[in-house]
Order: sequence, then C-alpha cells, then structure tokens
Amino acid sequence: MSRIGERFAELHRMGRRGFIPFITAGDPNLDTTGRLLLKLADNGADLIELGVPFSDPVADGEVIQRASERALRNGASLRAILDCVARVRRDLSIPIILFSYFNPLLQFGEERLADEAAAAGVDGVLVTDLIPEEAQSWSARLRASELDPIFLVAPTTSDQRLSRIAQEARGFLYAVARAGVTGARAILSADAETLVQRVSTRSDLPVAVGFGLSSGEQIREVWRFADAAVIGSAIVREIENAGRATDLVERVGNFVRALRATAEGHSDREA
Amino acid sequence: MKSTIRRSEPDERGHWGKFGGRYVPETLVAPLEELTREFTRARTDEKFWGELEELRRNYSGRPTPLFHARRLSEHAGGAKIFLKREDLAHTGSHKINNAIGQALLARRMKKRRVIAETGAGQHGVATATVCALFDLPCVIYMGAEDVRRQELNVFRMRLLGAEVVTVHSGTRTLKDAINEALRDWVTNVHDTYYLLGSALGPHPFPLLVRELQSVIGREAREQILAREGKLPRALIACVGGGSNAIGLFHPFIADENVRLVGVEAGGRGLTMGEHAARFRSAPSSGGGCIGVLQGTMSYVLQDANGQIARTHSISAGLDYAAVGPEHAFLHENGRAQYTCASDAEALEGFRLCARLEGITPALESSHAILPALRLAREFPRGDAIIVNLSGRGDKDSQLIAQLEKS
Repeated sequence: MSRIGERFAELHRMGRRGFIPFITAGDPNLDTTGRLLLKLADNGADLIELGVPFSDPVADGEVIQRASERALRNGASLRAILDCVARVRRDLSIPIILFSYFNPLLQFGEERLADEAAAAGVDGVLVTDLIPEEAQSWSARLRASELDPIFLVAPTTSDQRLSRIAQEARGFLYAVARAGVTGARAILSADAETLVQRVSTRSDLPVAVGFGLSSGEQIREVWRFADAAVIGSAIVREIENAGRATDLVERVGNFVRALRATAEGHSDREA
Repeated sequence: MKSTIRRSEPDERGHWGKFGGRYVPETLVAPLEELTREFTRARTDEKFWGELEELRRNYSGRPTPLFHARRLSEHAGGAKIFLKREDLAHTGSHKINNAIGQALLARRMKKRRVIAETGAGQHGVATATVCALFDLPCVIYMGAEDVRRQELNVFRMRLLGAEVVTVHSGTRTLKDAINEALRDWVTNVHDTYYLLGSALGPHPFPLLVRELQSVIGREAREQILAREGKLPRALIACVGGGSNAIGLFHPFIADENVRLVGVEAGGRGLTMGEHAARFRSAPSSGGGCIGVLQGTMSYVLQDANGQIARTHSISAGLDYAAVGPEHAFLHENGRAQYTCASDAEALEGFRLCARLEGITPALESSHAILPALRLAREFPRGDAIIVNLSGRGDKDSQLIAQLEKS
C-alpha cells in the first residue's frame, strides 16, 4: 500500500478525519517551502498538497494565481521543487502530493517525472487539467513508479464518469466542493455532501473535499461526511500577508494549528 | 512538400492525431459533453441550418464577394490574386460566422447568459452583436493590453449592451482573457454558454468553430470555379488561433494540388517573447513546441519548464501563444505550410492594399498580404490564388495613425 493509502487507513483505524493543507512550492522561495512542509506536518497536517506553479492556472482563483507568479519569478522549476521535497523527506513522515497543470509536467517528461518524483519522495500527483480519458499512459506510468494518480471529481460529474474515474485513481479521490475555481468562500455548498455520497456508493477510495474551504468550521463540516478536507487559498493568503516577515514560517504554522484546533472543536486562542 | 492527406477529421474525442483533445478541469467535462451532444444533433437538423442560412444571408450579408485584386496582382507580377471579402461581413470580420452559429446553439440549449473572450475585439463585437439580436446577457473578457490597443471595439461592445471585463492578470492579452472566461465558465456552468471565438480550446470547440467557419471556403471554392473554371493554386490566410484560415482551408483539404499557407505573426523579431510564430523553428531558436494550453494539445510557445511564453504582435488577434490543434495536425503532416510576417511587413501589406485596392484590411489580415504577393509570383498569370481578407481595418486606424506620427 502507498504512503497515502496507509495514512488514510491509519486515520480510519483511529476514527479520525484528515486535514490536507496546500501551499505553492517556491512561494516565496523554495528554502521557505522546505521549512513550511516540516512546519505544516508539526501542526496537524495529515497529508500535504504541494502546488507546482504554472503560468496559466485556469482552475485557480486570484490568491493561488498570485502565489504561482511569485514562485515563478523566484525560479521554482519542477526539478528544483523535487530537490526541495527530497531534502525534507527524511524528516517528514506524511504523504506529499504534487498538484499541478499538465504542461509543465509534459515538458519535464512522463517517464522522467514518474522516476524522479518517486525518487524525491513524492507520493501522488494530481493534474487539474488532465481527465482520465487523456491520462491513460500517464496514470499507468505513475502507478508503475508507485505514485498514486489522484483525480478530481466535480458536482457536474455524471455517475457513469464517477465510476470510471474511481477505476483510474489511486490513493484518494479529490471532490471539488462546488463548481468554480479555488479560493475562499463563506458558505460550504450542499453540492459537496451530495457528491461525496455519490462517490462513496461507487468507490472504496477515501474522499477528500476541497476548493472553497477556508475555515476550521468548514473543515469540521466536511469531516461530517468526507474523509479529509483540503485548505489552500486561506493558507496561501497567510503566506502572502506575511510577505518578507522573518517569522513567516512560524506564523503560517500557528495559522494552520488554529485551523485544526477549530476543526476539532477546541478553542486555540493563543494562536 | 506534397502530402497525401485527403481528410482532416478528428476522432470522436476531438483528436487530430496527437493534437486536440480535452485538457480541462473535471467540472467542465459535463458542459463540454452537453455542447458536443447539441452540436451533433444540430449538424443533422435542417431547422438549425435553415435558421443559420437565413441569418447568414440577410443579417450578416453572405455570401461575401470574391474580388479580383487587379492592381495587387499587377504589383506582384504573377498569378491573379483574389480577396475573399470577409471584411464586408456584418461587424467587420469573419467572426460573425461563428458567433451566429454558436448563439443558435446557446438558444437551443436554453442558456441564459453568454460569455466570450476577445483579443482584437472582433470576436467580442460579433458576440455582443448576436447577443443583442437574441436578447442574451453577455460578458466579454478582454486583456488590459488589448483594451488599450482596441479602444474602438471596447466602445462598440458596450454600445451593443455587453459588459466588458478588463483582465489584468498574466500577459494581459488574449490568452489571459481566455483564462478568465474559463474561470467564469467553471463557476457558472449551469446557465452560461461559453462562446469561444477561435478554432482552439477543448473539444468540441475546434471542430465546432471550423464547421461554422467553413462557409468561407465553400463559398470561395464555388466562386473561383464559377469565375476561373478551375481551382486556385494556393490559399493564404493569417493564423492567430486559426479560425479564418481553417474556415478557408478546410473545404480544399482533399484538393491536393491547392497549396494551403498560414501566416503567423512574426512580431518584432526572432527571439522568444517578440513574436507569435508557433510553427517557426525549434524552441532553442525561439519557436514553439508541442504542449497543452487552455484545453488542447497543440504547438505552444513556452520555455523549457513548460511555462507559457510572452508573445508579441502588432495585431491583438494574432498575439497568442498557442494555435488551433487542426493547424498543428496540418503542419505536422505537411498538408499546410506556415510562414510568418513581421509587424513591419503587416503594416506594409496594409498600406499596399489601401493604396492599390482601396481596401483597408485589419492588421491581422494584413499579415497575409506580402506573403501573398510572394506566393503569386510562384505561379503563372493565368492561375489564381485566394487571400482571406478576414477583417476590416477601421479598428486599427487609430493605432496606425499613432505609428505614423511617431
């Protein structure tokens, strides 16, 4: 079983749900990203999604677009991002999932990515603009290197497609909470719960919910019906707000710990 | 190069060879499938074609003339040059052909809102026009740089009742307008129709837009046969996304002796960032390579890390990092050849056409003029070539006036 599969199995045994923070690799620079990965793990992350920046992120809202621009200005190439993961891997026990668009991976090369990402200690790859119909050789290649191909399912996905996507996917399925791009929204759509229910009757894979979640309360709400919740833009915004502050990593750690505490129903006022 | 390609049809998932396809976030698969179904139904529905034909004839003014440009031909000193006068279509370019057809689909699908991207503003104006006609609310996304370059068209869109949203992200041109339109669509999938303006994007758009634009080539073929009694030796058209070119080329694909020539924007020079010539040379010398942008696999100007490159063209409509997938296919199998014209050559083409024929083409279409003169010289005087004059240059007058002052 992959590290992702093991992690969800362990959560399941403990009767717990997962918390998956997202950050953009290289925002504001890769040295900070390495320290952030460790800090997120220390502050309650069960898995981490690591964004590989792309110049034209059509699935992302403004916050992650800006983070991608900052990262690209600072030269965050895929090879440098894998080096960064490799450096922290031995101090990090939780799974890391690359979250990207197809073109940067395509130019890196399918074979090369599968080999080098696995060697760096990456556990899964989610490509937002790659649907299973276009991804067959791609997911086979990832699986051959023991990397989990993660796929999105959306409220607009038909039941028939849900089954098909579930067959192609490994690790977990990522349910898009509502039609739209990434970014904080005040209200969690009822679409998310309906979608997770539809997925659960067709697949045994764990289901994580993301796109639009931003608060501890929303995580708790998602935990009621799904295996894990993803928080992206809210954390990335915290990184943006910290700017060049020397305590950026500490601040983001506190923010994430507070999210987790709220989700679990503790008040963590000092954060 | 001689090719044996007699057909250029995609497979059922929109692939021309390795090009095309559907590279989109999962949320967009359902609306793309819905559109594919409706388009497939409409293709064999006489009522759809009847309505379209009526609007083409009496609203947009088709068929457009095929004009023998005698003085340009004389100037070239070779084959007769014919201009397919898409500049005379309603709203001033070929874009209306696609906009009318897709607006009919939007109405059949009972969509309550239309969105579109625009580069030069021609597609935005065409979309705003048909939305006024069909009483559909309409939002047009346009890059800030293009808003600056094409002020007149922004004004026209607003007069027609469209909301124009200026896009400040990325390179602030057509590519970024498409990104923003896709983000709108993914958020409002249930009631919104995305009226994409060129033969690019995810399946079925490249096929759908080509089918609607092929009226250009079908008319041109009939017109030239009626007039000259034989097929032209070559067709030539500018290529941004490539809809006017594919619309002219497609009905001639099986005519192996008719050369197909696309003209890309050569901009200010050969280095990456200074042009929009996706097919020119190797990436190491500033050209494009195969990649995925905005839903489709094609030739893309990009850096070694797969980040999309900046582009430049004097004409907003050609200033785009990728190209429609069918052009990539025709390039790869050699059925069509692609060349480029620089900003300066486009301006010279514009002036020549104005002075010699009393026709001011859009700067986009102006890119095809000088290459057309060179092409005409390759053939004897008794033969003919056709240039797609895809749009008129009124929108560019201000820009050209400024350039002449400086």
